[in-house]
Amino acid sequence: MSEFRFAVNVLPKPGILDPQGRAVELSLPHLKVTTVSRVRVGRRVELTVTADTKSAARAVVDGLATELLSNPLIETYAIELMEATSSAVSTAKVTGS
Amino acid sequence: MRIGVVTFPGSNSDVDALNALAVAGVEPVSLWHESPDLHGVAGVILPGGFAYGDYLRAGVIARFSPVMRGVTDFAAKGGLVLGICNGFQVLAESRLVPGALLRNRSLRFASKIIAIKPQRLDSAFTNKATGAPLHIPVAHGEGCYYADETTLDELEAKGQILFRYVRADGAPALDPDDPANPNGSLRAIAGVCNEAGNVAGLMPHPERMSESILGSDDGMQLIRSFVDSAAAWETAR
Repeated sequence: MSEFRFAVNVLPKPGILDPQGRAVELSLPHLKVTTVSRVRVGRRVELTVTADTKSAARAVVDGLATELLSNPLIETYAIELMEATSSAVSTAKVTGS
Repeated sequence: MRIGVVTFPGSNSDVDALNALAVAGVEPVSLWHESPDLHGVAGVILPGGFAYGDYLRAGVIARFSPVMRGVTDFAAKGGLVLGICNGFQVLAESRLVPGALLRNRSLRFASKIIAIKPQRLDSAFTNKATGAPLHIPVAHGEGCYYADETTLDELEAKGQILFRYVRADGAPALDPDDPANPNGSLRAIAGVCNEAGNVAGLMPHPERMSESILGSDDGMQLIRSFVDSAAAWETAR
């Protein structure tokens, strides 16, 4: 068994009201920043999965991302493999819906 | 007749709900989140509060608690389930009612008395309501009702929108920035039910306006509807 470290990045779906992103945008003029727009605020969850293979670990994360970590009605997620402790560090990114 | 109220870690309106049921003349039964056993109750209330701290998303952790297995089975058999505030969020996360509750558009916690109007008077949750606006409190940070346009149209067509926030003139507060719409809910939706009509959720707190000593008993119209419908269901079973 190996340990795989993942990050799940959850964001509000495009078109869904994101009042946090809007609040950040509204603060920009106070910083005299005029070149930034379309701010979205989400959530990042990092977790370690113990599994035989990377794909088995990824399947666990995929299930969790859909069932628990995001609400598919209102959010999208992207899964990122941060590292596999038994092998070389990987920065490969994989994207879910 | 016995009606259950679930207590999750972080529930804070469970005792108010138990009290409202006692005022309505039924035997309130406290149900603990760690057991799927509903103790033969004729109806279930999921109360307000912050179940499991509302971590991750309001209501989502509660969805996986043992009691929700019992509640889901009970609902599948046609049993009446009413989710109030956090209870509505739990029902939505559990997919027992359609849609989702987003952060309030204002980003502020909304704590005030608002007006809602039952959209139909023939549902299990509104059949003892007069149809006039009810003035009852909201107290939530995540109450902005959201569903995609197709779903919203379906809810309208199937009569699943049970309550809307209304302005002083009685018209629905359809503009999400209208102060009468305390959280920016789409189409001013304050409460919905499932297609079968036996599971409903609403953000406002009828149990907190269930006797005149609390300032008003407007909420009792909804508690009474629920209790009488649960009694009818139990008798017919």
